[in-house]
Amino acid sequence: MSWLDTLRTGLEAVRTHRLRSGLTVLGIMIGIAAVILTVGLGQGAQDQISSQINALGTNLLTISPGSSTSSSGIRGGFGSASTLTEADAAALSSKTVAPDINAVAPVLSSSETLTAGSSNWTSTVVGTTPSWETVRSRSVTQGRFIVNQDVTDHTAVAVLGSDTAAELFSRVDPVGQTVNVNGVPLTVIGVLNSVGSSSSSSTGSDQDDQVIVPMTTASQRLFGSTALSSILIQSTSSSTLSAAYQEANTELLALHGITTASDADFTIASQASLVTTATSVDHTLTILLGGIAAISLLVGGIGVMNIMLVSVTERIREIGLRKALGATPPLIRRQFLLEASVLGLAGGALGAILAVVGAALLPHVIGYPIAVSAVASVGALVVAIAIGLVFGVYPASRAARMAPIDALRSE
Amino acid sequence: MVDQTPVIELDSVTKVYRTGAFTVAALRGVSLSINNGEYVAVMGPSGSGKSTLMHILGCLDVPSAGTYWLAGENVSHMDELALASVRNRRIGFIFQQFNLLPSLTAWRNVEMPLSYAGVGRAERRERAIEALERVGLGDRVQHRPGELSGGQQQRVAIARALVSDPDLILADEPTGALDSKSADDIMALLDELHAAGRTLLLITHDADVAGVAQRVIRIRDGLIAPVSELAS
Repeated sequence: MSWLDTLRTGLEAVRTHRLRSGLTVLGIMIGIAAVILTVGLGQGAQDQISSQINALGTNLLTISPGSSTSSSGIRGGFGSASTLTEADAAALSSKTVAPDINAVAPVLSSSETLTAGSSNWTSTVVGTTPSWETVRSRSVTQGRFIVNQDVTDHTAVAVLGSDTAAELFSRVDPVGQTVNVNGVPLTVIGVLNSVGSSSSSSTGSDQDDQVIVPMTTASQRLFGSTALSSILIQSTSSSTLSAAYQEANTELLALHGITTASDADFTIASQASLVTTATSVDHTLTILLGGIAAISLLVGGIGVMNIMLVSVTERIREIGLRKALGATPPLIRRQFLLEASVLGLAGGALGAILAVVGAALLPHVIGYPIAVSAVASVGALVVAIAIGLVFGVYPASRAARMAPIDALRSE
Repeated sequence: MVDQTPVIELDSVTKVYRTGAFTVAALRGVSLSINNGEYVAVMGPSGSGKSTLMHILGCLDVPSAGTYWLAGENVSHMDELALASVRNRRIGFIFQQFNLLPSLTAWRNVEMPLSYAGVGRAERRERAIEALERVGLGDRVQHRPGELSGGQQQRVAIARALVSDPDLILADEPTGALDSKSADDIMALLDELHAAGRTLLLITHDADVAGVAQRVIRIRDGLIAPVSELAS
């Protein structure tokens, strides 16, 4: 008997028991769709996090103040010390000290209430230097960014994030308007481009809701503090990122008079480590959800086995007849395996379709993107067929082992 | 030239069933010979070993001891694979309950033995329709068993037994599930097949049915009854 004939026979058997086959296929279908969707959801979230982190700037290192150790030896939390200064930032800018560092931006930030006319809005006010624009890979869509002259002169100017501008000046051109921070009136000179990052907590503050002011204006006129919140460093290229890390680390240890690296009063984090942390959390979640989905797939597989066993029992006479007419045990086994894998394949194909439809519709409901990959879909199909085969083996060999007389005798 | 090899040659065939502590000897040494073109009936009450004999003759089971030559081929010790092939090539089965697959049309039921013999689809269809015409069902080729009467269903089963041109046609109570009119039709059809040179072995408990055969073999307690007993 040719494979084609066997396949035809298998398809006929599936078609003859429509309801039963349909329900079995449903089990596999739900399992496959669940696996594809959860993996897609995890992938979508990862893509989103990566793009948000990349929106912070490329080849970026962030130096944060470390912990302070009191005289009694009790260490404070990270960021509790005010160890980073403008002098540190200036030293790192030197090409002789750090040849692999392209640009340095000191950052002095604080959450402040802004008022403009009758509207007010709370946002992050960032005091920095013109190189911030380079380091963060940003640009202005209206007006101009702050320049060195602004820093030197402590100018009372501000560049607004696109969301901040929209909140404060919904009807008028923000450039040239005045915004008050801590009672200090600042003239809006520009609006930053939008990077489209949502208010997701995974990347910290919203990149479209902030106010950029000259460093000196922030430290002397707004906050009254010169301790930096962080120093942003951009390496000359992605391949020099670790060299830039080493240079910054060595230089800062020397400047702060620290001899053992473990006593460092600052931490340097790369964007890559941020991505790794964020995605590893997400990855764990994906594995968890995927695991639950895989269990539903397993249940679907057991459904296939159950149905195939019922099918074998119910078709004892058919098996006996086929054997009497010359079907060999391997042929009978092949026929039942093929039936089981047809059920698996049908479930897999329908599940993949359901997943694609779900991936198109669900994001509107849950607000998260779902990235269904072709690899995952094809993989799920293969898995579905494999499930049919694996769970079909036992029923099929039971059918194959059946003696023709016993089978024919059964009523 | 007529083939002088007997279709069936049994030599001291025994069959012992073992169920737990008990052993039951269903056949206790049966020897018989059936020639090409013969029409033989095997008769006996239930429990006589009649069914066991049929299973061995039909290559559905193998003897515990003794030898069975089917068309000159020793099938006594064949494994399951070889037996499947022998059944497929040499034996056409007709069952009491027809054993047609309800989901398949008449010709698809008839072609089944050919598909296991590896015959191509076009030829299978042609030969299946031929066999259906032979049993007078040329106009029922596309009907499913559920759309046919009992007598017609048994004709489809006979067509299936004929389609592979076997050495032996084995009919197990072929009229047992039919009304007398259909039963007569089926017996007439078997007669026709015999007249056309087929070798037929009929298994029955019904003396009237057995009466149409050329030769009747009576079986009792696992042994073939002596001919003298036949006369009585």
